Amino acid sequence: MITKDIKAWFDSGTPYIWLNAGAVTVSVLMVLGLIFFIAYKGLSHFWPGDIAQFQLTEADGSIITIIGEMVEHETVSRTRLPDFDSRIPPGEELINRTLIKMGNRDYLGLDFRWVMDLAVGDIDYPEELMAVERHEWGNLYGYLVAVKQNGEVIESGSGASWDLFQQQVQANHEVHDQIKEIEKDIIGDINYQMERLRLRQRALGREGNNNSEELQEITIQQQSLEAEYEEYSSQLGVLYEELNQYSFVTRISDGREVELPLSQVVRAYRPNAMNLAQDLVHYMGKLWEFVSDEPREANTEGGIYPAIFGTVIMVLIMSIMVTPFGVVAAVYLHEYAKQGALVRIIRIAVNNLAGVPSVVYGVFGLGFFVYFIGGNIDELLFSESLPSPTFGTPGLLWASLTLAILTVPVVIVSTEEGLSRVPRAIREGSLALGATKAETLFRTVLPMTASAMMTGLILAIARAAGEVAPLMLVGVVKLAPSLPLDGNFPYVHFERKFMHLGFHIYDVGFQSPNVEAARPLVYATALLLVLIIIILNLAAIQIRNKLREKYRASEQH
Amino acid sequence: MIMNNTSETQEQHGVPTHAIDPSVIHKHNTSLKDEEICLEVNKFNFYYGSNQALKDINLKIPKQRVTAFIGPSGCGKSTLLRCFNRMNDLIDGVRVEGQMTLHGEDIFDKSVNVSDLRRRIGMVFQKPNPFPKSIYENVAYGLRIQGIKNRHVLDEAVENSLKHAALWDEVKDRLEDNAMGLSGGQQQRLVIARAIAIEPEVLLLDEPASALDPISTLKIEELIYQLKTDYTIVIVTHNMQQAARVSDYTAYMYLGELIEFNDTADLFTNPKEKMTEDYITGRMG
Repeated sequence: MITKDIKAWFDSGTPYIWLNAGAVTVSVLMVLGLIFFIAYKGLSHFWPGDIAQFQLTEADGSIITIIGEMVEHETVSRTRLPDFDSRIPPGEELINRTLIKMGNRDYLGLDFRWVMDLAVGDIDYPEELMAVERHEWGNLYGYLVAVKQNGEVIESGSGASWDLFQQQVQANHEVHDQIKEIEKDIIGDINYQMERLRLRQRALGREGNNNSEELQEITIQQQSLEAEYEEYSSQLGVLYEELNQYSFVTRISDGREVELPLSQVVRAYRPNAMNLAQDLVHYMGKLWEFVSDEPREANTEGGIYPAIFGTVIMVLIMSIMVTPFGVVAAVYLHEYAKQGALVRIIRIAVNNLAGVPSVVYGVFGLGFFVYFIGGNIDELLFSESLPSPTFGTPGLLWASLTLAILTVPVVIVSTEEGLSRVPRAIREGSLALGATKAETLFRTVLPMTASAMMTGLILAIARAAGEVAPLMLVGVVKLAPSLPLDGNFPYVHFERKFMHLGFHIYDVGFQSPNVEAARPLVYATALLLVLIIIILNLAAIQIRNKLREKYRASEQH
Repeated sequence: MIMNNTSETQEQHGVPTHAIDPSVIHKHNTSLKDEEICLEVNKFNFYYGSNQALKDINLKIPKQRVTAFIGPSGCGKSTLLRCFNRMNDLIDGVRVEGQMTLHGEDIFDKSVNVSDLRRRIGMVFQKPNPFPKSIYENVAYGLRIQGIKNRHVLDEAVENSLKHAALWDEVKDRLEDNAMGLSGGQQQRLVIARAIAIEPEVLLLDEPASALDPISTLKIEELIYQLKTDYTIVIVTHNMQQAARVSDYTAYMYLGELIEFNDTADLFTNPKEKMTEDYITGRMG
């Protein structure tokens, strides 16, 4: 009876529905789980954690003061700890321990440290404790003692000097921005023009006319640029002097009082005294810094704006290259080529290309684009700057092209599918009105295939944006000095190296000297990469849906 | 319109005579000898690979008349129709022998520009096949192909064609709507409007009403009757009543051969061939 029921249940198809629903549920849970996990790990990094102060009993019995943020708790087995540790009571098998971010790497040597909870005394959160983010050496934790100008104390005591300190940090930021503008934009421009003049000079020298008017013209221009440079660098000197006149004194955890130049400070705050609203403002500020600023300290601090920019611009250039190329190839294969063994073989080859490991494309790109094509371009067009290469070195253009080759099979396949979905009746209708084959293609068939092309592009973007391995060979670097897009002619610099989120994750996570500091940034960067891929895809999907609406084919008949 | 009920009359008389009620048959007063000939087919053979689809066809299609091709499925009537505007060129491995002329010019001559030929010989297919564009753009399509960009010319041509195709009143307020939103019958009239917008000399209709409901069919038939004054119309149909209603001349084909071609009234009331009689009385086909 029961076996009969089970058989009936199986025959009804219900178990298969459950199986399918289960598979879908598991997939959705895995994807959402992944996103929530990296979102939690990445986003919580920017929240201003309270700074704890406590006494720690060391293994040799001495007692030290520790100041720092509690980053992580975990329970480990005793066997993972040194077995001579006298602080652990016998019989205790599981030990709770906490990771403390102590900062002050320049004074303490270590900025992260695991402490056993049973060695920790009473934990205190004094309101005067401050956290200082610095341009170098990471965070500083301690008590503000005094603010100095030109070596003389102008304010002391933590209450009054804190306000002055904050004011001065703000003022310094403005000076800092001015310096940055002069250094990066104005002096960068001057350098760029100087370099061009130098190259022109070299080219003229190579041609053999050494006393032409143009050469004199160049010399005059060079002199005027140099004068300009002198002017700005003296301005810079003044600004730097202004920046460096202030310093501040901090008492750190071991009781030492240390003096630091104020120009080192990025931001200072007292997390223990902050309420929720202030926390939120701080959080948003940090988040904004993360997406809009340049990285500091071997990429473990600051923002990842250049990497976001590089990723997006690379994907856009790739899209612009891959779509026409793939569509033209698909149209030829499907519409014009005589269908036979050769076309079948080509089609199989195209499909197989999609399965080639991406690093192979990277090697190909390096050999073909960078060394062969790039090298020849240099010889033909940029010979004056040789032996230093212009295009004959990994760069944005070559990375985009390599990814375009990597993704072109996807575009070809989906465009071909789209072409074969256009009903024969539509083509015949157009031909019967006196249209040639090409006119039929351009006026009717291709518009109807547009949504299929976009589908191909969506898949291409999804694959290209997440690709890292080939990029390491053809243009991505750990830290690019300038963005591939700027105000200097020709505005888009295809030959420049660029930063990329995927490579940034690898670099920060695995090549960083300070692993603990870098870990949350890996999560945050990964989250951002996922978000950017989602945004690019949503944009493409939006366009596709619009096209699909517009060219709704006669499938209803 | 007359919906005939011949099966009833047949049973009443007890003798299966002609399946077509003579009163349905459309009459006209000239015979083929007096007509101006538009299309002429001479000793025409057509092959799909090694398979011969048309055998030694000889036929003269008069100008500004409706000529119907009837016959059972696979008899080659659609193939013959698609030869007039060389739609069969699109199929791989076809071969033609013999001659086919439009006003004396050889259709299959190498010097013929196929696009020009198709502009002169328009075609409407079995299933409505509007483009997924606006109603306006569908009708203007052929003109745009010819490079006409002047908005006035296009507007006028679109309006005239739609009026000619008896669709104007139904769509004049929504010319920018997608043509796919029209009903099947409207779509078929739109396709006819699209075909006549480029003012062809001949209009080939390949079972234009077979995918439509009776009301739409009726409208299409009325339309064919009106279009006759301006165009030479060749229609392929499965429906003998339809052939009798709309055509002036009828050709009966069977297995790739032209069995009989005559004035529609004569062919239906007084078939000369036994095979034709068998077919139109429903004994075969």
